[in-house]
Amino acid sequence: MTALLVAEQCLNGLQLGVMLFLMAAGLTLVFGIMNLVNLAHGSLYMVGAYLATAVFNWSGSFLLGVLFALPATLAIGMLVEVIALRRLYERDHLDQVLATFGLILFFNEAVAIVWGRTALFTRVPRALAGHIMVLPGVRYPAYRAVIILVGLAVALVLYVLVNRTRLGMLIRAGASNRTMVAALGVNIRLLYTLVFGFGAALAALGGLMAGPIYNVQPGMGEEILIQVLVVIVIGGIGSIRGALVGAVVVGMVDTLGRAFLKPLLSTTLGPVAAQSAGPALASMLIYLLMAAVLFFRPRGLFPAVRS
Amino acid sequence: MAEPLLAVRGLCKRFGGLVATDGVDLDVAESETLALIGPNGAGKTTLIAQLSGELRADAGLIRFAGEDVTMLPAPARSLRGIARSFQVTSIFREFTALDNVALAVQAHAGHSFRFWRPAARERGLREPARAALEQVGLAARADMPAGALAHGEQRQLEIAMALATRPRLLLLDEPVAGMGTDESQRMVQLLRTLRGRHTIVLVEHDMDAVFALADRISVMVYGRVIATGVPGAIRENAEVRRAYLGEELPA
Amino acid sequence: MISRGQAVVLVAGFLVLALVPAAAATLNEPFYLDLFRRIMIFAIAAVSLDLILGYGGMVSFGHAAYLGIGAYAVAVPAFYGIESGLVQWTLAVLASAAAALVIGAVSLRTSGMSFIMITLAFAQMFYYLGISINAWGGDDGMRLARRSRLPALDLADATVFYYVVLAILVGLLWLGHRLVHARFGIVIRATRSNEARMRAIGFSTFRYKLAAFVLAGAGCGLAGALLTNQTDYVTPSYMHWTRSGEIMVMVILGGMGTLVGPVLGAAAYLLLEDVLSAWTVHWQIVLGPLLVLVVLYARRGLYGLLPGSAPRDG
Repeated sequence: MTALLVAEQCLNGLQLGVMLFLMAAGLTLVFGIMNLVNLAHGSLYMVGAYLATAVFNWSGSFLLGVLFALPATLAIGMLVEVIALRRLYERDHLDQVLATFGLILFFNEAVAIVWGRTALFTRVPRALAGHIMVLPGVRYPAYRAVIILVGLAVALVLYVLVNRTRLGMLIRAGASNRTMVAALGVNIRLLYTLVFGFGAALAALGGLMAGPIYNVQPGMGEEILIQVLVVIVIGGIGSIRGALVGAVVVGMVDTLGRAFLKPLLSTTLGPVAAQSAGPALASMLIYLLMAAVLFFRPRGLFPAVRS
Repeated sequence: MAEPLLAVRGLCKRFGGLVATDGVDLDVAESETLALIGPNGAGKTTLIAQLSGELRADAGLIRFAGEDVTMLPAPARSLRGIARSFQVTSIFREFTALDNVALAVQAHAGHSFRFWRPAARERGLREPARAALEQVGLAARADMPAGALAHGEQRQLEIAMALATRPRLLLLDEPVAGMGTDESQRMVQLLRTLRGRHTIVLVEHDMDAVFALADRISVMVYGRVIATGVPGAIRENAEVRRAYLGEELPA
Repeated sequence: MISRGQAVVLVAGFLVLALVPAAAATLNEPFYLDLFRRIMIFAIAAVSLDLILGYGGMVSFGHAAYLGIGAYAVAVPAFYGIESGLVQWTLAVLASAAAALVIGAVSLRTSGMSFIMITLAFAQMFYYLGISINAWGGDDGMRLARRSRLPALDLADATVFYYVVLAILVGLLWLGHRLVHARFGIVIRATRSNEARMRAIGFSTFRYKLAAFVLAGAGCGLAGALLTNQTDYVTPSYMHWTRSGEIMVMVILGGMGTLVGPVLGAAAYLLLEDVLSAWTVHWQIVLGPLLVLVVLYARRGLYGLLPGSAPRDG
């Protein structure tokens, strides 16, 4: 276990963290402002990944894939909102869970019909296939470094948007007291549509960036969704700051845990015990973390005050 | 003088930047009826919520029957004899009126980790429930779903549920809220029968009700109690009149 | 109480289930015996979920975790040579109850969508745990060495096993019926209706919700023990969150808060799956939108469609 390896895994943790943040930011706003449990958020991520990868494979241009996938996924997301989700705002959480679960089944099966059940062939675009020197002596895959940069840029844009603009103020107010915002005469319909579209765009962005480095297959949306839910629970519903902190923490804990828990355990418990205990414990880490946070703060670290 | 049944000292509650309760002191003697009045937003319901345990105070002390209950959660306070009715009707809409009250009885009749015997057959629960319904005048409605009752009847049901827990202290939050004249008068009649038998803290806007029922009145404005006294004295109090500028006090 | 239509369904349903083995033998189609036994096992899981979901209003999206725990509680001892059904099934119930106690103690401190997400996350944790334990098959799972040994009953005999499952289902339905009308059931149902009121009249609601959560988990653990005997296999996929979703669909489809509804729901779901999957391997593309439509327009489920079924009484 060298310092180099640790540095690389920390960067991987940060990269996972920003991916989780992209998903969590939109979803936590949908939870907080529209009070909608949208389990189908991961499906948009999946659709983004599939569209970008398919176009990339067909045309040879990653850029073309990005330019197509982002608006196309956004359009699909808005279509779903208008057709199905809009009717669910007034329903109770159970109805929302079941309906969005139905949407998940639909999307997973739809991509399986078009592209089959095995993982799609993906590769990192040639322009970003190399390594760069992030720090003296530390080489890191360029593509992953770009993901980190894009994620941080989005976080910065979000910060400015939420804290410095009028729309952002409405979003913060809506997350903290939805009925009051409606009573103040704000066009709630429009606000909801904007918030949802915004979340869908972020999910699409996450998906199209994920294509080259993760498995593009049916169900990929739900794998990341579970982690995103952990992020939101830890960070606090409705809070973008909470989403960022939670995402980075979860990304780091998960990545570092998977990388270093087994070697760490084998020095104390011996290699044989560590062989089975290591991966098992590593897979449980973020959930144990969630339980620990909930024990002290049942509403997460930075809950938007709700009424 | 005997120790007051309810003693409140320096109670404080903030919600973010808003101070809802700003150092409230109160004493309520046993068997007394204290009315709590004040303009909207004065923090009366917040105070009731802290007394009942629904909200936890940020600072201050609440003593009930000689015991410090400030940190006790709501169920524990109910078991010690504090009962509450809600300003916004809070009942079990899908259950019948009788079931609603029987639940209140059940809460005080031992634990409910019983998995076998139907609760509807427990006479020890049904009889006191019927009696409470009888007492508030709802006996005829015993088998109606609570959600189907008229608004005034639902307010009566709230009182029945509070009474069924055999309380020493009743915290009544606007019992005549939303009622027409006839209904209000009936409710005031009912509350009259409770005077003296229970200690009552009554939050009300309806001044007729307040002056008909209260032994003493406390006036709250912006989270503070600005005056406490017998009804006559409160009527004459200059500060109170100023706080209620534009509102009518019976002459 | 129950209406005429509902009583007819109950009796008819029981007769149908009781006669399936005979019918399957006559038609020489052992497949149907297998299918209906599977339906009953999932019905047990769905009924256990109905206790907390339908009656308690606790939207637990991680119920399948207990299915898996119960299944492994049979398969793992069998792997090490412990084949007594009494030991295995008791372990299944206790292990599931213990897991539910821990998960519930943490999750029930929250409510609303947090509760849903947290139960989902914890259940998925068990799934990942199952995948990572290679000694017990890891991702592929493992075969059941031998079906549970019960005194005097040979579970290897398909018909005997069938009637054991039927007996357990009927027994649990009856116990459930008593429970929801007893003091405990009333508390759970009233807490769902208005928790703040419950606390105001003196109920410490947390302990009752937790107890219900544990009972539901234990019931589902028993279903898991039966499931692994049914399939002669156990895999972590028994605990996958989509499985939790399926059980929830069965409860809703059949009619939640009715105990019998989930049995109908399990039958409807699994029969639909059987019919649709014969038609296309992509049958879920029909199920997905169908589910959305049911949620939007047919919320009371099959049991609620029966003539004379009143809204759940007090």
